[in-house]
Amino acid sequence: MLDNEEFMLDTSPRELTQNPLKKIWMPCKNGHIAQRRVCTTNCPTLIVTVGLPARGKTYISKKLTRYLNWIGVPTKEFNVGQYRRECLKIYKSFEFFRPDNEEGLKIRRQCALAALNDVRQYLSVEGGQVAVFDATNTTRERRGTIVKFAEQNGFKVFFVESVCEDPDVIAQNIVQVKLGSPDYIHCNTEEAIEDFMKRIKCYESSYQPLDEVLDRDLSYIKIIDVGCRYLVNRVLDHVQSRIVYYLMNIHITPRSIYLCRHGESDLNIQGRIGGDSGLSPRGREYAKSLRKFIQDQNINDLKVWTSQMKRTIQTAESLGVPYEQWTSLNEINAGVCEEMMYEEIQENYPLEFALRDQDKYRYRYPKGESYEDLVQRLEPVMMELERQENVLVVCHQAVMRCLLAYFLDKTAEELPYLKCPLHTVLKLTPVAYGCKVESVCLGVDSVNTHRDRPEFVWDRGLHWIRENR
Amino acid sequence: MSSTQIDNGSANSAEAKKADMRMSEKKCSWASNMTNSPTVIVMIGLPARGKTYMSKKLTRYLNWIGVPTKVFNLGVYRREAVRAYKSYDFFRHDNEEAMKIRKQCALVALQDVKAYLLVEGGQIAVFDATNTTRERRDLILAFVKENAFKVFFVESVCDDPEVIAANILEVKVSSPDYPERHRERIMGDFLKRIECYKVTYQPLDPDDYDKDLSFIKVMNVGRRFLVNRVQDYIQSKIVYYLMNIHVHSHSIYLCRHGESDHNVEGRIGGDSELSPRGKQFAHALRDFIEEHELSDLKVWTSQLRRTIQTAEELAVPYEQWKILNEIDAGVCEEMTYEMIENAFPEEFALRDQDKYHYRYPGGESYQDLVQRLEPVIMELERQGNVLVICHQAVMRCLLAYFLDKSAEDLPYMKCPLHTILKLTPVAYGCKVEMFYLNVEAVNTHRDRPLDKIPRDSALIHRRNSYTPLSSHDRVKRPRLYSAGNQPWLPLAPTPSALMPEGRQSQESLCEGSDSDSPEETSGCVRF
Repeated sequence: MLDNEEFMLDTSPRELTQNPLKKIWMPCKNGHIAQRRVCTTNCPTLIVTVGLPARGKTYISKKLTRYLNWIGVPTKEFNVGQYRRECLKIYKSFEFFRPDNEEGLKIRRQCALAALNDVRQYLSVEGGQVAVFDATNTTRERRGTIVKFAEQNGFKVFFVESVCEDPDVIAQNIVQVKLGSPDYIHCNTEEAIEDFMKRIKCYESSYQPLDEVLDRDLSYIKIIDVGCRYLVNRVLDHVQSRIVYYLMNIHITPRSIYLCRHGESDLNIQGRIGGDSGLSPRGREYAKSLRKFIQDQNINDLKVWTSQMKRTIQTAESLGVPYEQWTSLNEINAGVCEEMMYEEIQENYPLEFALRDQDKYRYRYPKGESYEDLVQRLEPVMMELERQENVLVVCHQAVMRCLLAYFLDKTAEELPYLKCPLHTVLKLTPVAYGCKVESVCLGVDSVNTHRDRPEFVWDRGLHWIRENR
Repeated sequence: MSSTQIDNGSANSAEAKKADMRMSEKKCSWASNMTNSPTVIVMIGLPARGKTYMSKKLTRYLNWIGVPTKVFNLGVYRREAVRAYKSYDFFRHDNEEAMKIRKQCALVALQDVKAYLLVEGGQIAVFDATNTTRERRDLILAFVKENAFKVFFVESVCDDPEVIAANILEVKVSSPDYPERHRERIMGDFLKRIECYKVTYQPLDPDDYDKDLSFIKVMNVGRRFLVNRVQDYIQSKIVYYLMNIHVHSHSIYLCRHGESDHNVEGRIGGDSELSPRGKQFAHALRDFIEEHELSDLKVWTSQLRRTIQTAEELAVPYEQWKILNEIDAGVCEEMTYEMIENAFPEEFALRDQDKYHYRYPGGESYQDLVQRLEPVIMELERQGNVLVICHQAVMRCLLAYFLDKSAEDLPYMKCPLHTILKLTPVAYGCKVEMFYLNVEAVNTHRDRPLDKIPRDSALIHRRNSYTPLSSHDRVKRPRLYSAGNQPWLPLAPTPSALMPEGRQSQESLCEGSDSDSPEETSGCVRF
């Protein structure tokens, strides 16, 4: 689940060789690396949402998928509504969803099966670990079908039910995500809302919520009133435990997260990476501008977080508000390359330099860290960011890239090349299913520390053993 | 904090002064940072529902992550008030005399809770009692409101008779209430005791009466949970922890990698290979595992060569965890202690002043290590049988969690090479068995220096850290024990081989409490 490797041994002790990119010791015999075999005890997991329309199922599905992918668990969501839109092409009205609409029922069932087929493909063939089956799944019969499907394919099943009767929450939901749906593209607001409410009614009569007695052998979490209360039943394994913990920490209260780097530092000016230097004069100016910016934003109850490195702390000091230091927010550890310039690294460690450009996400500095390690280290920060409301995080380039990748759902390939310039604040505001980003440059000059993805990657033809991927 | 009379529960002034001194030493764990108002955790449930088990375990976990926590067990107060327990009649709800005494005990306990949280620097108090009536809970709610504490209820509900019977056998049979140890009679009396409580038991009602309270209802030993209105970070962590622990029997084996080349040269850190003797140990470890016929044993290593090489010899699948890597000694990596003393004499001295909080320049501290290791602990709680092949500092941290050792003792625990520790949860604590595999190795242990500088001297400035001016107070919370109860079982002492030099061997290993010097235990309830 975490960044671990599992090996099956065939014979007695093997030599260890270190993968030059990830700096991980792996056993090999006669120069051949042991095939990494996916452990058969870690079966894929099928997460199944349950709930009436406008209960946040898709919101949860997308968020959960984003989180799991970020921590390195290949996850994909399968939204049955999408399949239905593919099939139907044109949505007429709620009548399609009437429980006595035979034609409608047939199509809906087909769509569910098509989606499950793709789930099987993803989990059994494409190497996915978790699939999120996003649909209402409100009847016991439908859920039974899914459980059987999972059993046949050796998947574990975990249900996530969202129950909510608060009319305000439901109304908010509809306004935020339903009005803009392809289904209502030709309707005005009133028509859309009216139709949608009737749609919900269609499901209500046949809704069989997960039951304490009848469903006591299933693994599930029931989320009640947007996280006011949770009912958790039979958590089976590590993945499910992490999912439960995550779901219990997220909320939908409107808020904003501000991400920025420390002010320009002395080492920045010298073009050196890492280290623990103080702010340059321009950096100090930035800190003052940041103070003004924060005051102008007039944020309610803002928390300020920094790393434990001098440059972020000095930046926060200028703000004149209490702040908290997190070691986990420290910049990526560049190991032997700390405080070097890129030119020096290229000169002294040409192989390392080349390797980093090959796979910047997984590349680990000798005696240092990789972006992949950074994400693992940042997970508790992320969890707490989810719990909090308005937060300003003053951190570092690599750290900010990781956090940004989480909020904006960037892949491991994109993450290390995200642009996070000095003296610029990114304001992230969760909206609908994603995140609105506003970039504010505070008008203080600085050096540019960004290195783009290189066009040509050097393969020096040295003999290193390539990992089977 | 001794309070043996029922009508006087306040701390005396000498104790208060000591607490003040501790409050003025300021350093803080990341978890402690995140909690503001003190919290009272209130256990709820009929007898033999695992309340004390959960209280102690939770307390041990919270203290380990640096949140000062203490258990207040009402049974202990009751036993003090009523010297000789006669029979279950004491617990009948119509026994007015007894009811009066029981209520008084609760009030005294709450006063101690107040002192702990307001005066002694505690962050969390666990009030371990049945608390089965609304009346009692309302009393506690009023107390909590009056003192501006947060409150979080943990209710344990269990209707599985086998689980209850097993509980009674494991921990009640040897309770001080039942000195004669006549099993059947004890079982009989205890079951009648439970019946007394059942009459007036009002479980938490999430739909109506208790819908605004923050709580977790644990049902049938963790099969099912109901979580209501989690308020903050620490409650969220408590919920996560309670959802990950289990009561199935399992054993955790901790050992270090075999002796490495650096070990032989006296160098710390680095990523060297096993020495010939180290390889021998790996062989012996393989035999050990086969002998012990461990079903379904998981093997975990770090990502440093020496642990992986050790695991390779075992010819079983293993998992590499980067977070099990040895403490990062920063600029001191691969140096010998002599070299460090010569090159960085000030750092060397600082480390001896406060080994737990000291952070190597460009490296880590034990405190950082604990934070890094938390996911390992959480996963160990979830798992069955696991063998963890790790490193000296890492093993000390893990051991401190299982054996409830304070930040003072942790960095000096003895974790010699070529020795396996088998930890088996038992009753309220942990049984430890040491296995030395008879392969010689160098000794990498450094004892606590004798001429230790007293704790209340000037603040230690941490390297690479700018002393903040306007941030929160960074309070050094002394790790207080989760003790408070006399040991109930006569237990084998901690193998003296494990104890830091100069400390007596514990009598009550399983309880996780220590026979400490008075200054250490001034916060504890002692009877």
